[in-house]
Amino acid sequence: MSKGSDEIVYGLKRDYLEKISSKGTRIDGRSAIEYRPIVITPNYVIRAEGSADVKLGKTRVLVGVKMEPGEPFPDTPNQGVLTTNAELIPMASPTFEAGPPNEDSIELARVVDRSIRESKMIDLEKLVITPGEKVWIVYVDIHVLDYDGNLIDASQFGAVAALLNTTVPGSRYGMEDFPLPINHVPVITTFAKIGKQLFVDPSLEEEEVSSARLSIATDENGNIVAMQKGLSGSFTQEEVYSAIDKSIEIGKDIRKRLFGR
Amino acid sequence: MGMQSDIKLIDENGLRIDGRKPDELRPIKIEVGVLNRADGSAYIEWGGNKILAAVYGPREAFPKHTQNPSRAIVNARYNMAAFSVDERKRPGPDRRAVEISKVISEALEASIFVEQFPRTSIDVYIEVLQADAGTRIAGLTAASVALADAGIPMKDLVVGCAAGKVDGKIVLDLNKEEDNYGEADLPLAIIPRTQEIVLMQMDGNMTREEVREAIEMAKKAALFISNLQKEALRAKYEKGEIQKTEENSNEGVNKGE
Amino acid sequence: MDLNKKIVLPGEEIDINGFKQGNGLYFEDGKYYSYQLGLIQVYNNFVNIIPLSGKYFPSKNDKVIAKVIEIAPSFWVLDINSPYPAFLHVNDTPWKPSSGELAKILNVGDTVYAKVNEITESRQIWLSIKEPGLRKIEGGHIVTVQPSRVSRIIGKGGSMVNMIKESTGVKIQLGQNGVVWLDGEPEKVLEVIRILKFIEEESTASGLTDAVKSRLEKSR
Repeated sequence: MSKGSDEIVYGLKRDYLEKISSKGTRIDGRSAIEYRPIVITPNYVIRAEGSADVKLGKTRVLVGVKMEPGEPFPDTPNQGVLTTNAELIPMASPTFEAGPPNEDSIELARVVDRSIRESKMIDLEKLVITPGEKVWIVYVDIHVLDYDGNLIDASQFGAVAALLNTTVPGSRYGMEDFPLPINHVPVITTFAKIGKQLFVDPSLEEEEVSSARLSIATDENGNIVAMQKGLSGSFTQEEVYSAIDKSIEIGKDIRKRLFGR
Repeated sequence: MGMQSDIKLIDENGLRIDGRKPDELRPIKIEVGVLNRADGSAYIEWGGNKILAAVYGPREAFPKHTQNPSRAIVNARYNMAAFSVDERKRPGPDRRAVEISKVISEALEASIFVEQFPRTSIDVYIEVLQADAGTRIAGLTAASVALADAGIPMKDLVVGCAAGKVDGKIVLDLNKEEDNYGEADLPLAIIPRTQEIVLMQMDGNMTREEVREAIEMAKKAALFISNLQKEALRAKYEKGEIQKTEENSNEGVNKGE
Repeated sequence: MDLNKKIVLPGEEIDINGFKQGNGLYFEDGKYYSYQLGLIQVYNNFVNIIPLSGKYFPSKNDKVIAKVIEIAPSFWVLDINSPYPAFLHVNDTPWKPSSGELAKILNVGDTVYAKVNEITESRQIWLSIKEPGLRKIEGGHIVTVQPSRVSRIIGKGGSMVNMIKESTGVKIQLGQNGVVWLDGEPEKVLEVIRILKFIEEESTASGLTDAVKSRLEKSR
């Protein structure tokens, strides 16, 4: 079928998911705060300085970190540079098209980037080669391979896992290799709103019928470091507070389970 | 090709820098049906190459002006992940990727019964996750497995291998160093059943006799790899296939007459 | 050679053994070859390759579940999970809307259970819902399965699907295009989805019916 028809949802499927969600039931039998199985394979790509292959249910994302020396930004002469990019390649979904990044892939990359940057996960001050002139550039590239919902969490977990096993390739440039200096471990949790209920880690089927999306990144101190509300629906203030509380709890659990921190 | 170097690529025992004999392949592993959304998919590890191939289609060709009223169009897209090579590759197609995509599309199309699906496209996506020389042939080899997994009608599974010239010797399946510092590289793909050549490129410098030797060597290896493709498909589909007739109703399956 | 139930790959030579060439085979230089991944089946003296994967290609009189994707002045365009869209003309429905008012009857995203009425030479597929049982579907849930597995889900004379219906109390309508409509208690619908996936993926040799039976009994 043409690409357009993949985006038209069966009306009765929408009604069905909304109906069962009012009882807090999900189509795959999960609880409202339950993630699909998460499997992370670190160091998947040896040519990268760090990498991780993430399977979140049937969603699959590969994240690679590359590093090279470059110029610092003028306003932060004594810090390394973090650059995050996401590719929604057409392999991953019949609705993705080849071409330059669109607003979806740019939003995805920026939300993941914010969680890493604002939590100060990477100690960028330790990535200076010559102050004011030469610093390490950290490229985080998110390659979405199979799209079955919740790309934000899959990509963020992958980026964190990849950075945690990144080695700065100093020896390639006549310096010494060293592990990427890490300060904090941010974890993001995404909620989808279906009817009046909020569910974590929406599958594609759930995303297709959800009215609003909320992603909250927390650090190990239980502080909020980044948020993003998406889609044209809305949340009440109470819903936001409740989601924040849940994201702190879930973040703790995932940080421990996936990253041992 | 053509970078000058003092590196000795073949030692006094006739072995290559990775220990292989001149006509020896790198290890190859193929898996079928590794992706969920695609209509067909395959994963190949070939030496240090890690490559995914996915097929969507036949589906209505889009945009509409690309539709051919008498047959399907075959669109392969070869892409390298930014982190697949030592120096980060800028995302998006460069001239090399566009050329490789074109020759792969044409090679696959040679085997596909495109006239069965007018106005559609058969989209083949090849993603190089980790590159280690010979990516186009490894990608093509995975792509034809993905096409079979997607149920696309084909004469046979297209398969290939490269041969080239290193330290004055014809060798099979060049690795990264041999590709960089060797004297010639000749990637080749065939339809195994008929042994027709459907992809061939070459760069470097070889005599007429050396080209013949390289083609012969690559073809022989391709026939071997063809069996790996078939074993991978059987491994997926023979796993749990129904053997008993009674499980099949006559509804919807007997469209034969 | 035992022709029945053997898995073949594209390019594999098939000895049709005195039978006639059916679907999924091509003839070249005096020999027959499979052009598709599938199972060999001999039926009415024809040797066919039954595909094990791939898109749905309709045959006349197939019953399908279709989704409206576009509305024209006198017909609807529907997705039938096939490379080509299907069309439904108002004359092939029980309704008589005035021109331009089709959306009031079937809107984009609506679902119908329809019959493939005609396939033209240029591959236009025309549907009809003018027979008893054919209708607009309302309520319930939609899942998709591999179209080539639908006959397996139905089972001989409907034995498999009836067993699932009786055990779970879920209403099930199977489209030959792999689209399945389910209606019932959410837990039971989920159970049926899991069983459909089981049949689709595992479909283990001889014991499939028994395996499904024991799964149904366990979850009761």
